[in-house]
Amino acid sequence: AQYSLSPCYVSLALYKCLYGRAHPTNLQHHRHYTSGESSGAAKVVAVGLVTLGSSIGGTVLYAKWDPKFRTAVEKNIPYSDWLLGMALGPNPYSPVTAHKKQVKESRSSKIKKEKNIKEEPSVSTASETTSAPVYSAQSIEGEYTGWPIGIAWIFIVFYILTFLFSVSASLEESLASSAKTTLQAIGAQEAALQAIGSHTHKLKEAMEAEVPPDQKSAQWRDLETALAERRSTVNDAGAALLKARDALDSLRSVIDKAKESKVAAVQPLVLAAEENLHSMVVDLDQAVTKVQSAESEAKIVSQYTELVNEAKRQFQKELSSLTPEIQANWKGLTGKLSADDLNALIAHAHRRIDQLNRELAEQRVREQVHIEAALEQQKLEDQKALDKAVHTATQHSKEEARLEQERKLSELREVMEAEMRTQLRRQAAAHTDHLRDILKVQEQELRSEAEQVLNSKMLEQETHYRQLTQEQLDNFTLDMNAAYARLKGMEEAIDSHVIAEEEARKAHQLWLSVEALSYTLKTAGSDLPTKPLESAVQAIQDSCCNNEFALALASALPEESLRRGVYSEASLRSRFNSLRSMVRRVALIDESHNSLYQYFLSYLQAALLFEEKQAMPPTQLTNEDLDPFKLLSYASYCLEHEDLELAAKFVNQLRGEARRVVQDWLTEARLTLETRQVVTLLSAYANAVGLGTTQAP
Amino acid sequence: MADEHGRKWDRCLADTAVKTVTGISVGIVLSVLFFKRRTWPVSLGSGMGLGMGYSNCQHDFRSPYLLHGNMVKDQ
Repeated sequence: AQYSLSPCYVSLALYKCLYGRAHPTNLQHHRHYTSGESSGAAKVVAVGLVTLGSSIGGTVLYAKWDPKFRTAVEKNIPYSDWLLGMALGPNPYSPVTAHKKQVKESRSSKIKKEKNIKEEPSVSTASETTSAPVYSAQSIEGEYTGWPIGIAWIFIVFYILTFLFSVSASLEESLASSAKTTLQAIGAQEAALQAIGSHTHKLKEAMEAEVPPDQKSAQWRDLETALAERRSTVNDAGAALLKARDALDSLRSVIDKAKESKVAAVQPLVLAAEENLHSMVVDLDQAVTKVQSAESEAKIVSQYTELVNEAKRQFQKELSSLTPEIQANWKGLTGKLSADDLNALIAHAHRRIDQLNRELAEQRVREQVHIEAALEQQKLEDQKALDKAVHTATQHSKEEARLEQERKLSELREVMEAEMRTQLRRQAAAHTDHLRDILKVQEQELRSEAEQVLNSKMLEQETHYRQLTQEQLDNFTLDMNAAYARLKGMEEAIDSHVIAEEEARKAHQLWLSVEALSYTLKTAGSDLPTKPLESAVQAIQDSCCNNEFALALASALPEESLRRGVYSEASLRSRFNSLRSMVRRVALIDESHNSLYQYFLSYLQAALLFEEKQAMPPTQLTNEDLDPFKLLSYASYCLEHEDLELAAKFVNQLRGEARRVVQDWLTEARLTLETRQVVTLLSAYANAVGLGTTQAP
Repeated sequence: MADEHGRKWDRCLADTAVKTVTGISVGIVLSVLFFKRRTWPVSLGSGMGLGMGYSNCQHDFRSPYLLHGNMVKDQ
C-alpha cells in the first residue's frame, strides 16, 4: 500500500507555478507575489494545528491502550518513544525478534540514506515509496504489526501535510505581508519620487521663470504645498521603507526557519519564497536608489535655490540697510524712489558689481582648486556610491547564484531520490523473490517432514485401532455367548413358568367357574328356583376341557337343575311347613285305606292330634318313629337345623297318600341335594387343584 | 303333588255340588212333573246326586292306588 502524497505534490506544483511566474522583472506589470489571503492562511494554519494536535493525542491514547501498537510506532517514528515515554511511561513490551530487528535496521538505514533529518515528516516523503517493499516484508512478519504501522504512516502523512500547510501558510502569510509592505514602500517611494520631482521642477520654475507678481505668490504657495507634500511623502516613504525592510527581515527569518527544518518537500516553497524575497529586495533597493538620486538632484536644486535665496536676502539686507524705508518688493517701486535713493541704489549696485566681479575673479582663480576639490569629493562620493552599488549588485548576484544553486540542488536531489527509489524497489523485488524461493524450499521440507510424522502416527493409530477392535470383538463374543446361554436359560424358565401359569390359570378358571356355579345356587329367590345352571356348567365344561374328573362331575349334575335350576333350602323349608299340614291331614290314607270316610277320619286325626313341632331325631329309627307325625317333626327339626338330607331321609319314610303329597317336595329336595353335592365336590376339587398349582413361597 | 290333592278336592266338591244340584233339580222336576210336588224325588235326586258325587270323589282319590290289570286273552 503506497501512501501517495499526490495532493501534496499537486499543491506544491501549484505553489511552484505561482511563485515561478512571479519573476522579479515582471514585477511592475503584475504585482502579485502570492494569491492567498492572510485570513485564509490563518484558517488553514489553525485547522492544521488542530488536526496535528488531535492526531498526536489519538496516537498517544491508542499507544496507551495497545502496547503492540506502541512498539510499532516507536519502531517507526524516531522520537516518538521519547514522547510516548514522557506521556505514558516506559513500554512494557520490548521489541521482538532478530528478524524484526533486521528489518528495522534495514529500514532505519534506508531512512538514514534518504535523509539527514530528525523530525517526523521526513520519514514520510523519504520512505513512503520504500514503504511498499518494506511493508510487504513486514507483512511476512504478521498482519498485526503491519496494521498499527499503517496507522503510524497515516499519522505521519497527516503530520507532513499539516507541517507543509503550516510552513506554506506561514511563508505565504509573511510573503503576502512583506509583499504588501514592499509594494506600499515602493509606491510610497515612487510617490516620494514624484513629489520630489514635482517640487524640484516647481522650484526650478519658481527660480528661473519670470512671471507676473500676482502669480508669483501663487507659485510660492504651490511651492510650499509641493514642499510639504514632498516632505510628507518622503516621510511616508521612509516609514514604508522601514516597514518593508522589517517585513522582509521577518520573511527572511521565516524562510531561514523553514530552511532549518530541511524538509525536502518544503524546499521548493522556500526556494520560491527566497526568490520572491530577492526580487522584492531588489525592487525596493531600486526604488530607494531612484528616490535617492531624485533627492540628490533635489538637494542640488534646493542648494541652488538656497544660494539664490541667500543672495537675494543679502541683497535685500543691503538694500534695506541702505534704504531702510523701502520694503521688500522693490520691483514695484518704480515711481516711489527719489533720485538720491536711486543714486544710492545704483552706487550700491555698482559696488556690489565690483564686489561680485572681484569675487568672480577670485572664484575664477580658485576655480581650479575648487573644481579639483569638488572633483575629489565627487570622486569619493562616486566611489562610495559605486562601492555601495557594487556591494548591492554583488549581494544580489550572490543571492541569485545561491538561489540558482539551491534550485539545482533540489532538482538534483529529486533526481537522486527517484533513482534511489528505483534502486530500492529493485532491491526489494530481489528480496521478495529470494524470500519466496526460500519459503518454497522450507515449505517442501516441512511438508515432507509433516508427512512422515503423519504416516508414522497413522500407522500407530491403525495398529492401536486394530488391537482395540480385536479386543472389542472378543469381548463382544464372550458377552454374546453368555447372553445366549442366559437367554436360553431364561426361555426355559419362562416356558416352564408359562406352563405353570397355564395350569394355574386353568385352575383359577375352574375355581372361578365353580364359584360362579355355587353363586348361582345362591340366586334362588324365596320361592323361585335359581337360574338354570346350564350356563355355569357350560362355563365349567369349557374351562376344564381336559380335566376328566371335573368333566364327569359337571356332567353328573341332574338335568332338571341344569334346565330349570334348583330351589334353595329356605324355600324348601317354607314349602315343607306348608306341606306339613297337608301331610297331617292325609296321614291315614294309604293304598288300602283310601275311601272318603278315611279322609274324614284322617282330617279328624289331624285336627285332634298334636305333636311337637320339632323333635330331635334319634340316632337309630325304630318302627314307632315311622309315624308320619313323628317323621314330620323330625324332618322339621332337621330342616330347622339346616340338615336337608336328613330331613329328606325322614320325609322319604312317609307312605301312602302322604308320600304322594310330598313327592314333589322330595324330588326337589333330592335335586337340590344332588346339585349341592356335585357343586361341593367340584369346588373342593377346584380348591385342591388351585392349591396344587399355587407355588408355595 | 300337594296341589293335586287340593285340586282333587276342588273337583270333588264341585262335582258333588253339581250332581247334587242336578239331582235336586231333577227331583224337583220329577216331583213337579210326575210326583205331584212331593219331596221324595227331590231328596231322591239330591241323594243320588250326592251319592254320585261322593262316589266320584272317592274314585278320584283312590285312583292312584287302583291297579289296572289287563286281561290277556290266550288266543
